[in-house]
Amino acid sequence: MTGASNRMQVWLAPLLVFTVTIALWEGLVLLFKPPVFLLPPPSLIWQSFTSQFGQLMSYGFNTFLEALGGFVIGCGAGLVAATVVARSPRLSALLLPFAVASNAVPIVAMAPIAIVWFGIGPGSKVAIVAVMCFFPTLVSAVRGLTDISPDALALMHSYAASDWQTFTKVRAPNSLPFVFNAFKICTAVSMIGAIVAEFFGGAVNYLGIYIKTQASILKTPDAWAAILVACFFGLAFYFAVVLLERWLMPWHRRRG
Amino acid sequence: MGDPIISVQNVSKVYGNANASTVALQDVSLFIEKGEFVSLVGPSGCGKSTLLRLIADLDAPSSGTIQLNGHAPETARKNREYGFVFQAPTLYDWRTVARNAELPLEVMGRDRRDWKPRIDKMLALVGLRDFHEYYPWQLSGGMQQRASIARALSFDPAILLMDEPFGALDEFTRERMNMELLDIWETTHKTILFVTHSISEAVFLSSRIVVMTPRPGRVARLVAIDLPSPRTFETRESRRFFELMTDVRETLKEEFTRHE
Ligand SMILES: Nc1ncnc2c1ncn2[C@@H]1O[C@H](COP(=O)(O)OP(=O)(O)OP(=O)(O)O)[C@@H](O)[C@H]1O
Ligand SMILES: [Mg+2]
Repeated sequence: MTGASNRMQVWLAPLLVFTVTIALWEGLVLLFKPPVFLLPPPSLIWQSFTSQFGQLMSYGFNTFLEALGGFVIGCGAGLVAATVVARSPRLSALLLPFAVASNAVPIVAMAPIAIVWFGIGPGSKVAIVAVMCFFPTLVSAVRGLTDISPDALALMHSYAASDWQTFTKVRAPNSLPFVFNAFKICTAVSMIGAIVAEFFGGAVNYLGIYIKTQASILKTPDAWAAILVACFFGLAFYFAVVLLERWLMPWHRRRG
Repeated sequence: MGDPIISVQNVSKVYGNANASTVALQDVSLFIEKGEFVSLVGPSGCGKSTLLRLIADLDAPSSGTIQLNGHAPETARKNREYGFVFQAPTLYDWRTVARNAELPLEVMGRDRRDWKPRIDKMLALVGLRDFHEYYPWQLSGGMQQRASIARALSFDPAILLMDEPFGALDEFTRERMNMELLDIWETTHKTILFVTHSISEAVFLSSRIVVMTPRPGRVARLVAIDLPSPRTFETRESRRFFELMTDVRETLKEEFTRHE
């Protein structure tokens, strides 16, 4: 099989599933005619999407900026903390269980508290997203910095390499696949975090608030259209990180 | 005969603590002259890798002294006097073959202008002339191991410590690699300390074989290999080759039965 037709197949199946789902949705709504606010047909959502495209995209972009800000701060802090923690096996044994356990903590539930601390504006959303991104990045990066074959480290030792050389030439590149796995998870996490945090209050020109208000006045096609925009930004964010990964890790392309 | 380039004197190595300890090496003494090709053979777990790691200062002996060129292993390591080849190729995934091979030069801060000619020469020597820009996963196991040998040679250490470098290869590739290694040894005049499980490989390559006892590892016997050089494919079919193989095998068997 050629590479091109292979790639076609990869895209074809999901595309088919998507089309069938939309068609089924449209058909069932036409057939059973539920109240529009309960389940609007895709055509109506699309209409709402196109008629307020500019406004929705600007809301989406505002929310995306919160997500991006939190992502950068949280992932950045996670990386810095990981380089410190990874230096000491004792410290990682002490702290990592908490970082792993934090996966079970619904951090977005702290959004109202974040609003008390950082105000009703974007600050509180950025803070929530940052915390949500921090722990997965920390855990993955520590793994990536320490999960190295003993011989790979012994080799650097045999060259009498400095700690700094071992870090930059072995530990850091070794951690990249782990770190990018965390980053990819964090793109989704950060969009979710920003939108859900907005449900707890904020200015009107953000996706979360818009979804909440339109839904509360039963203008659900608008809410669905906003969710569509959230999907768009989430996917774009994800693929931007995938591109960065490919560019920084040319040796990893074989699995792509 | 001058001073030995590697001297191991009454060296013991105990792993673990008071409750659970393993004596890996017991009172091992060994002297290797400059330019020798010495192989360590012995049953699995007898401490061959341990001995190599002690000489390389990747681990410290429990007692006894080791010297390379008249100084401590740590000094020798810091002077970059030896190159180590592990059983697994231990190439770094994120570096191409050429970048892997130049890593020691990079770490050691050698003049950047010398890297390329040096790497070209070493990769040609191990038959990887056309593979500079390949990543490790694009190479076969044998090619990976050759790349790691090129890397160990790149900074021109006087001593090569090789821990079963061809252990994972098939018989055919292994015999070809043996010839290449002998070529390298003859052209570079390095001192090579080589660990292997294969008696025929040891006899074919070495100027001397160190036969070790089962754990705790001691030196059972030194066997001088008086096969003519340069060695060829016919060497493996000569009478003397088989006599020497039998000799080494008998010693190993004797030690093994005495142990039980
Ligand atoms: N880091 C370690 N901690 C504890 N015990 C060890 C360690 N390294 C080796 N040993 C023990 O020391 C003994 C010698 O091990 P070594 O790896 O040197 O054997 P070997 O001769 O190289 O064996 P093989 O031929 O299987 O590679 C073994 O019994 C092993 O269990
Ligand atoms: Mg071994």
